[in-house]
Amino acid sequence: MSKDDKSKVNTTGHEWDGIQEFNNPLPRWWVWIFYVTIIWGIGYTIAYPAWPLVSKATPGLLGFSTRANVAADIEKFKGMNSALEVELASADLTTVEQGSDLYNYASNYGAATFATYCSQCHGSGGAGAVGYPNLRDNDWLWGGSIDEIAYTVRHGIRNTEDEDNAHYAEMPAFGEDYLAEEEIDNVVAYVRSLSGLENEVGDVTAGATVFADNCAACHMEDGTGDIAQGAPNLTDAIWLYGSDTETVKHSVETGPFGVMPAWGKNTSFIAGADETAVNAKINAVALFVHQWGGGE
Amino acid sequence: MTVGGIVEIAPLFYLENTIEDVEGVRPYSPLELAGRNIYIREGCYVCHSQMIRPMRDEVERYGHYSLAAESKYDHPFQWGSKRTGPDLARVGGRYSDEWHVDHMSDPQSVVPESVMPKYSFLMNRPISPDSSNSNHIAQVMATNAFVGVPYTEEQLAAETVAMDFMSQANPDGDDSDVDALLERYPGAQARNFDGQPETTEMDALIAYLQVLGTMVDFETFEPVASR
Repeated sequence: MSKDDKSKVNTTGHEWDGIQEFNNPLPRWWVWIFYVTIIWGIGYTIAYPAWPLVSKATPGLLGFSTRANVAADIEKFKGMNSALEVELASADLTTVEQGSDLYNYASNYGAATFATYCSQCHGSGGAGAVGYPNLRDNDWLWGGSIDEIAYTVRHGIRNTEDEDNAHYAEMPAFGEDYLAEEEIDNVVAYVRSLSGLENEVGDVTAGATVFADNCAACHMEDGTGDIAQGAPNLTDAIWLYGSDTETVKHSVETGPFGVMPAWGKNTSFIAGADETAVNAKINAVALFVHQWGGGE
Repeated sequence: MTVGGIVEIAPLFYLENTIEDVEGVRPYSPLELAGRNIYIREGCYVCHSQMIRPMRDEVERYGHYSLAAESKYDHPFQWGSKRTGPDLARVGGRYSDEWHVDHMSDPQSVVPESVMPKYSFLMNRPISPDSSNSNHIAQVMATNAFVGVPYTEEQLAAETVAMDFMSQANPDGDDSDVDALLERYPGAQARNFDGQPETTEMDALIAYLQVLGTMVDFETFEPVASR
């Protein structure tokens, strides 16, 4: 044992091989914090859901509930925007004035909506991808006015959720029975020639006849397409699936069948969705897409 | 096990607060389960969680927050907090099959900024109820039943498994019986998912993705606040 003060401290009474253990008290500040945490812990279990009973746990005096919290949070933000949201839900989109509060709200809301629901196919910048239309150009398959865009967003294209209202048109798979291989090669050459592309295979003149007999009903005699039927303009340089011979031939043979969901029906994706919320969201995204400038 | 452990863990197995029965949740069909196994094999969970947390931002982006019951037949569950890619708990029905094929084959073709690897090889890997070893999927289902998934004996019978599998992947096939499939697995979607004549791992994986989060009808679901 040393000669210093330590000798005055009690030991625990254990001794082993000449080694003893001091029984120093814990620092007082530490002991008090320890007691406070015990009291806090008891209070906490009274205030919040905690003790398991027979079929349920005690709900706690504060009535805390994660589900109620998230519902309240959603309501709170809905409430903050409700005036604009109601206005937007029933607004005549063609008359929303640029720079107005409603316009600013709608274009910001539309941008967020686009990022969440639309960007996966149409690209985060709206430039589209092969098979998914570019929304920034002036070429519209089903119409580019703001109301037409809103209609397409709401009802979608060739889907089963909203069969009665979705845009629908089906290009026949000409490769199956309708046209011989040679006829297809010719019409592909003709279609490519409409937008000034050179062809190595196929006879353009013969293709023009095939086109007039089979394609002109939807794509129009001059190949400029028909928005009422969703038939693309074939004379411009904009190609949804690609302009090379192989791709155009594949399209003629199989008949592309691109789909778009009916967002007016897919409301399970929209938090706390009621009709107003869905309408406002659709109008917002239509306005956002339209203001890119490609809209008519 | 310590007393503390028992007190904390045991009640979770019987309290109404923690075990909520939700209408619509059913065990996975053979094709969906095969897809789920591919999902796990490819490590999709490394980047994608399947758990929408009860917070406003998550609910606004992904849809209704996940319910515990929705993953009660998941062995193992796919919850998580690591999201390099988005949460997939409600990806079902959100995109078309064609989009999934495009996206899985070459994610950057539709989402240029994506860092997801390409899974085009799934298109070239045929799968059938008894392809690699003797009725692998029936065995997987039996294993799930062993750990508590309530498959009926009928559902587990090897012939039923094979038939349900093919009926879902190829509803127009000669031996397909979609009505029987729907009776055993209500709401199952039967079609050619990858657009190829052959049934491949891509079909199974898309069948699985398209069912995620769609079993519960949230138009009729009433959340009980105490849960």
